[in-house]
Amino acid sequence: MIVRKIALLLATGSIFVLGACGGSGGGGSNSPTITSVNVSCTPNLVGSGGSAQCSAAVSGTGSFSTAVTWTASAGSISSSGVLTAPAVAGTGTPGGGGTSNVQPIVVDSGPQPQTFGAVNVAYTTVTVCAPGTNNCQNIDHVQVDTGSEGLRLIAGVLDSASVTVTATSTQDMTKSGTASVTATLLPLSSVNECLVFADGYVWGPVGAADISFAGATGETSPSTPVQIIIPSSVAPAVPSSCSSQNPSGGAGNEGGSVMAFGANGILGVGPFQTDCGGYCVQEGMSCGSSNQPCVYYTCSGSTCSGTNVALNQQVFNPVIAFGIDNNGVLIQLPSVPNGGSQNPTGSLIFGISTQSNNKLTLANNLYQIPDTGNNAGDFITTFNGQSYSQSFIDSGSNGLFFLDTSTTGIPTCASPNQPWYCPNTSPDSLTATNQGQNSSGQGVGPAVPVSFTVEDATTLFSTNNTAFSTLAGPNAGAFDWGLSFFYGRNMFTAIDGAIVSGAPNGPFFAY
Amino acid sequence: MKLPDTAPAQKQKWMLAGALVLALCAPAFAALGDNASSVLTDQARMKGTLRQTDKQGYVLHEIAAPTGAKVREYASPSGVIFGVAWEGQFPPNFQELLGPYYQQLQNAIAQQKSAAEASGQAPRRRGPAYVETPGLVLVQTGHMHSFHGQAYIPQLVPTGVQPSDIR
Repeated sequence: MIVRKIALLLATGSIFVLGACGGSGGGGSNSPTITSVNVSCTPNLVGSGGSAQCSAAVSGTGSFSTAVTWTASAGSISSSGVLTAPAVAGTGTPGGGGTSNVQPIVVDSGPQPQTFGAVNVAYTTVTVCAPGTNNCQNIDHVQVDTGSEGLRLIAGVLDSASVTVTATSTQDMTKSGTASVTATLLPLSSVNECLVFADGYVWGPVGAADISFAGATGETSPSTPVQIIIPSSVAPAVPSSCSSQNPSGGAGNEGGSVMAFGANGILGVGPFQTDCGGYCVQEGMSCGSSNQPCVYYTCSGSTCSGTNVALNQQVFNPVIAFGIDNNGVLIQLPSVPNGGSQNPTGSLIFGISTQSNNKLTLANNLYQIPDTGNNAGDFITTFNGQSYSQSFIDSGSNGLFFLDTSTTGIPTCASPNQPWYCPNTSPDSLTATNQGQNSSGQGVGPAVPVSFTVEDATTLFSTNNTAFSTLAGPNAGAFDWGLSFFYGRNMFTAIDGAIVSGAPNGPFFAY
Repeated sequence: MKLPDTAPAQKQKWMLAGALVLALCAPAFAALGDNASSVLTDQARMKGTLRQTDKQGYVLHEIAAPTGAKVREYASPSGVIFGVAWEGQFPPNFQELLGPYYQQLQNAIAQQKSAAEASGQAPRRRGPAYVETPGLVLVQTGHMHSFHGQAYIPQLVPTGVQPSDIR
């Protein structure tokens, strides 16, 4: 087999040589001809005013010329194929300019199109501007998530300009090829991030934006690292070391579309300052081995390898960059009765005890959480006499996820709702206690009783409601107090190291 | 002695070559369903410390990596790994940890997703990963900075051991 291939190569080579000789001989039928021009550009997604290297593969017969002339439908392109993308105009208006710390949120069925509407997802509108400019976009339906840190946006929703690059053969101007490059509103760096959630992951370059809000006009996070989530059609491809960190492998990529992600982006305002922390400052380059995954990568063409990234270059929680209201957030949503509500609205209020509208009071119980170790961000929930020290509050979880059927006795629903609980007696009223903990896993503060109710999820889903306080499902050995738990409560999330008047330093949850 | 020797020696060479190929292709972890003796390989790969504890009805091998991440492998009295649990800042490499069950898991999740989409009335669950199939159960909970979870093969869990022991 190998021998035959070599023979074939030799034969091809000789034909080529013969053809070349014929060409130079000047015989009419042997004159050099161009058969095709193929163009590719790397990367095919660039920032506003960014650049991409385009190359042309010219095929032909005879002693044809591979020379091409380059043209671009927008921006400019050099004689060597380096595209400089045009500046992209934003469709939005800058936020800021006021003093408000209140940003409206809504729990609705999510951005269209969707196969079926979202439930228990809190959305807000975020304004992003190319740093230092008034070139902005207002992006609606960005999920508000206290279970992650940093702003991430689906590439496809960003204001952009499509540039068609054409290479035309200088020898035969009827032969040309094209490639498409998308220029996007925000500048992009060469660093890409693999961001893994419990049930999926996203991949894409780190860009920069001035982040502001139409509602919370007092808050701005200038020149902030932001992840731009790309689909698999956009280079570079997801490294296997990223996809294998997800139980569903390649199918876990949620970045393919707005529908796949269920939101136009995600605003992580959780209890940590950055999305990775010290690990990515020191271990980023030695990553890739077992249980030492890569988070940030530098990519050259399609090859990506792990890299170290300083804390202020990581995708960080934009709240820490605000002027005054920078120690955490308060989420307020109205009470939702059994059976659910449709499209309730509430507030994402920035800061804790920094203004008259975000005061932590004695009525709020406080749950300290460690900032390092394998229980980072977790407190202790005790249920039926058993303690679960990896429990947490997370607005980005769309139910109350706790334990399993064998522990709770609550059956899961019939297909297609197996990931949800359908109790035999609905509503099913339950109690637990929540208590803070330190990094050694010892309880801190009182164990405070908490009541919650679980209803039949299939029945809930048969309504047109979008918000459910009683929606629940199974989990590992822990309680994930998701958005179900937020309704009717003042939910505070204090950031690691933040100073909060009259309270311990963050991180902690309080409600 | 002399004549028969050559054949086994050649055979040994081939076996060695075969073993080498296997070693190159083998998953990095002992993985679900494998023999417990491979735990040592995992320990080496994680550059971790190993603690072995005899429990009621099973043996627990806990590997702690220098990063603080932990993997626990649950071995039956007959030496088969019937469950794994993990915790750390990041999820583990599932391809390595689940071995041959990784593909099965992906198929199960794809089926679950398409069934939900086909029904047109099942909203997406966002939060902990939860997959329950007759041959494999996997759950993973957590949030940025802290993940933990477990996976087990129900058929391989020894009598008297509860799935909730795998944690």
